[in-house]
Amino acid sequence: MTDASLLSTPLTDLHRELGARLVPFAGYEMPVQYPQGIIAEHSHTREKAGLFDVSHMGQAWLVGPDFETTAAALERITPSAIAALKPGRQRYTVLLNETGGIVDDLMVSRPDGAENDGRLFLVVNASRKAVDYEMIAKSLPENVKLEPVEDRALIALQGPMAADVLKAHAPDAADMAFMAARSMEFDGIAVHVSRSGYTGEDGYELSVPAGAAEAIARALLADERVAPIGLGARDSLRLEAGLCLYGHDIDETTSPVEGAITFVLQKRRKEAGDFPGAERILKELEDGPSRVRVGFTLEGRAPAREGAEIRNSEGRTVGVVTSGGFAPTLGAPIAMGYVETSCADVGTRLTLVVRGRELPATVAEMPFVPQRYYRKPSA
Amino acid sequence: MSTRYTEDHEWITVDGDVATVGITNYAQEQLGDVVFVELPEVGRKVSKGDEAAVVESVKAASEVYAPLDGEVVGANDVLADEPGKVNEDPEGAAWFVKIKMSDAGQLDGLMDEAAYKAHLEGL
Repeated sequence: MTDASLLSTPLTDLHRELGARLVPFAGYEMPVQYPQGIIAEHSHTREKAGLFDVSHMGQAWLVGPDFETTAAALERITPSAIAALKPGRQRYTVLLNETGGIVDDLMVSRPDGAENDGRLFLVVNASRKAVDYEMIAKSLPENVKLEPVEDRALIALQGPMAADVLKAHAPDAADMAFMAARSMEFDGIAVHVSRSGYTGEDGYELSVPAGAAEAIARALLADERVAPIGLGARDSLRLEAGLCLYGHDIDETTSPVEGAITFVLQKRRKEAGDFPGAERILKELEDGPSRVRVGFTLEGRAPAREGAEIRNSEGRTVGVVTSGGFAPTLGAPIAMGYVETSCADVGTRLTLVVRGRELPATVAEMPFVPQRYYRKPSA
Repeated sequence: MSTRYTEDHEWITVDGDVATVGITNYAQEQLGDVVFVELPEVGRKVSKGDEAAVVESVKAASEVYAPLDGEVVGANDVLADEPGKVNEDPEGAAWFVKIKMSDAGQLDGLMDEAAYKAHLEGL
């Protein structure tokens, strides 16, 4: 059944052909799983290579007269050292509101090539496109413009075999470092490639012309090591990797310190305190936040999901679960959520309340499954 | 008596005054990989429409409702260790509960196989 109010991506017909179950997600009709099923798709990505359509995400250019001007414009609404980005490098950052809450988390890359001077490429969450674009546009000086990109698809190729698969079509991708971003050709088609992703595995995201997306996806899927992966496994993969899902694990009320993503704050910015909500964020860095995002392993098999209350050993409510489910790689349930800082030490025993029952849980290190990002062999 | 069905995609077979309840193949397909099943205690009294069990897939938790009034006289403990059986054999080995019916007349309100097939086609 097709819901006419939902948007499609350049790959929607292909998903249907592959037998996907399509569900509404952030206003798009997206594949939640293929006939293989979520657990098999999850394992396939951890063992081989998975292809994800993430075209619903927002792609946009920030265009100014030169790099310094454009970077300075973006720094007004983020706590990261955007100006320190080197050509061909990408960084994870957040947009902040005036109280230091997270408006969105996003990837920013500085393209290589002299012709791209003054341009930054942004990839934002699908559900936050409208909010982000309005906020960014409002914050910009006269000489920097936001140009949302509507004619490109975004394809992620993730897993330990992703590099070897992509090499056959885009040889330039093979020696990219983690978080590198480069323009190159995929079978002769101009694409932007970044070595990054949302699974904890090595892999890439390819921004490709909408008209070429299906050909590129089919070329990758023709490799027997590649399987199509839906949003269901995308969620279980990112949860195992300890990565935040916007609107669940971080939102406009949570700061980067509470969200345990302080790595978005760089030294120069902390010293200058020149970002929205700096007063709160710097105070939290100094004194510790009142609550913080942590991971949980659970005893037994019952998963605890978003919204489950977290209690301490005295039965007092000390937090709430923001993401939770079954971790296929571990064969056990895991969760993440916010707890009072006094309960946040790894090893702290708490309970997660599911259907009125207290499930024993332990604060655990994240990621739950080791990240396997590509590290360049040293010369 | 032949198998009966509910609109919530449960199947019911009857032996004497005991009804065995599980979820249909359609239901397990919709759920996807089942990772946990929570079953009621034996001895619990249930009324039609009560939450009798919970089945959790990777994505979400779904309730299984009692299709009839009665007392739980059996729960399929195999599902505790092997929830994936629900995907493999939903209408056989992966039954959920056995309910001793207090009003067998309620069976008349359930669908037979032909009616359930028609119900599925209408979805």
